Amino acid sequence: MKKNKTKTIQVNYLARVEGEGSLRVKIKGQKVSEVALKIFEPPRFFEAFLRGRHFTEAPDITARICGICPIAYELGASYAMEQACGVKVTGPIRDLRRLIYCGEWIESHALHVFMLHAPDFLGYEDAIHMAKDHASLVERGLRIKKIGNNIMRLLGGREIHPINLRVGGFYKVPLKKELEGLLDDLKWGRDAALQTLHWLATLTYPDFDQEYEFVAMRHPDEYAIIEGQLVSNKGLDIPIREYDRHFVEEHVERSTALHTIMKGRGPCHVGPLARYSLNFDRLPSFVQGAAREAGLESTCQNPFKSIMVRMVEILYAFDEAVRLIDRYQMPDRPFVEVHPKAGTGYGCTEAPRGICYHRYSINDAGLIVDAKIVPPTAVNQKTIEKDLWDFVAPRVDLPNDKLQWQCEQAVRNYDPCISCSTHFLKLDVIRE
Amino acid sequence: MAKVRKPKLAVWKFASCDGCQLSLLECEDELLALANNIEIAYFPEASRKVVKGPYDLSLVEGSITTAHDVKRIHEVRKSSRALVTIGACATAGGIQALRNFKDVKEFMSIVYATPKFISTLEKSTPISDHVYVDFELRGCPINKEQLLEVINAFLNGRKPNVSPHSVCMECKARGVVCVMVAHGTPCLGPVTQAGCGAICPAYHRGCYGCFGPKETPHTRSLSAQMKKLGASEADLVRVYRTFNAGSEAFQKESFLHEKK
Ligand code: SF4
Ligand code: SF4
Repeated sequence: MKKNKTKTIQVNYLARVEGEGSLRVKIKGQKVSEVALKIFEPPRFFEAFLRGRHFTEAPDITARICGICPIAYELGASYAMEQACGVKVTGPIRDLRRLIYCGEWIESHALHVFMLHAPDFLGYEDAIHMAKDHASLVERGLRIKKIGNNIMRLLGGREIHPINLRVGGFYKVPLKKELEGLLDDLKWGRDAALQTLHWLATLTYPDFDQEYEFVAMRHPDEYAIIEGQLVSNKGLDIPIREYDRHFVEEHVERSTALHTIMKGRGPCHVGPLARYSLNFDRLPSFVQGAAREAGLESTCQNPFKSIMVRMVEILYAFDEAVRLIDRYQMPDRPFVEVHPKAGTGYGCTEAPRGICYHRYSINDAGLIVDAKIVPPTAVNQKTIEKDLWDFVAPRVDLPNDKLQWQCEQAVRNYDPCISCSTHFLKLDVIRE
Repeated sequence: MAKVRKPKLAVWKFASCDGCQLSLLECEDELLALANNIEIAYFPEASRKVVKGPYDLSLVEGSITTAHDVKRIHEVRKSSRALVTIGACATAGGIQALRNFKDVKEFMSIVYATPKFISTLEKSTPISDHVYVDFELRGCPINKEQLLEVINAFLNGRKPNVSPHSVCMECKARGVVCVMVAHGTPCLGPVTQAGCGAICPAYHRGCYGCFGPKETPHTRSLSAQMKKLGASEADLVRVYRTFNAGSEAFQKESFLHEKK
């Protein structure tokens, strides 16, 4: 090959990610000269049309930002409204919120691990082709996913855009007996997750440890899902309400999704790797042991191993669900009454793909006057681009089709949910 | 025996949340059986494989909101024998049709620092505004049993068995107590098409109309009843303007309650 030829890898429609986007990698001679992740999901303007809506409508409306992780939106909005109105939800209602979130983690992580990401490691185009040779693996994955969805359905009414969540709690809460009906499956799921983790440990992962600033929520006594401080491995430790003082969104021409960076510090990394690395000590010791046995340390900086970390989180979610059901006592009322009060409220929860931030201002009549929502993909975009620079550099000599597939995989490490960056993926490798 | 060619299925996305196409992947018990009987020829959310058209059945999710997508939907129609829209976005413009009632330029400046980077149409429109649609499946999101029924019907050349009656009928069939009569909870059930299984009333809340208007909905009488229950004109405007705001019946009714 002639030196100084530019080659471009262009994936015009990146598959097995949710939403629409494209990726262009330019290689000039032996050097990467450009990496551009472009999101061309048509803008949907949620933050604009939330203005003038009643504060109680925010959970149902924002759920429609993303069909994969509606709970992140329903709960983020609820927490923000409750904070604005000076209400705190505790006890069994709070436990049920964690429980339905466990359902979303299980369902979403299982979709990613078994159907979107594992085919890359085994060299298949998709899970259905993979099922021809690995039937029991795919069947196990589907069953794990289904159990997550069963939690969603029992507590939320349906898997996608659950109808039972409201500001202050739920419309209807389950009987203990109904929840106990889930237990056998949850215990099976715990074993199945462990078994899958052992299998994942046998796969080959590229050597690719990266220096990240990990950002996740942290809670004094739980593995954070719904509440906590925002912390990082580089000294950030703030309450959610200070988010806007530390994070900014940039609008770049190539993308309808805004890019989030940390003020004065640059890109950061949110999602399972960040959660795990910042909260390893909050995992039950048997989950820690299982992770170590699979070869993970207490922090994980290799994005390709996110598939293992997701499995650790599935294991945790099954275990946590069992714990929450065991201690559940049906509350007298399914929700706490919330009366509107003019002010601003902040909410942040750990969506499967990372922190999902909400800020709303409402008036005395309970109408929304301003809304800001930052989905996890917006935060990770810059980090994904940075990973690609570093990943492609030592691989410039690979044939285009191979390089393309590997780059796609590097993007899929993030399980980027592009529809949620509110605002589809394709890959180009251009060689000059 | 001669090898039978499997019908080719394609799944397309326009402006949407991905929830309706995800419904297909949520069919955990049926997915592998389905894959044995059809060829998933184009479904980027699930596979990187792309098999060229024409496709026997195209499922289309999402609404049309950009000039580029106007062109793209015509190409999808050309390469599809049957085209079925899935969900409120594709059949009524979706939640993003809320822009149709406002100035989209103002929306752009609220969300984006540099609106000139954004290209978008003033209105979010359903697929049937642009091309011929063989069947519209309702819901935000669609119901997965109904989706399997529609795929089955189209692949076997029959009409899908999807009823146009109201959510009320499903409440009666399930034995759910009417939330409006018993608890005075405002409910769009009487004017909303069935299909969800009357989930909301079963969970003690009123229907918010995510399946869109039923056949011949009597929105006027329902609005009158909701007013009796305390709804203001402004509340009524918002009630009809959610995920199916762009549907003719709900849009018309919403205008009736808007302050002149
Ligand atoms: S109809 Fe609802 S669930 Fe379906 S794609 Fe649109 S917003 Fe998502
Ligand atoms: S009852 Fe109404 S709002 Fe609730 S899921 Fe059914 S159609 Fe949608």
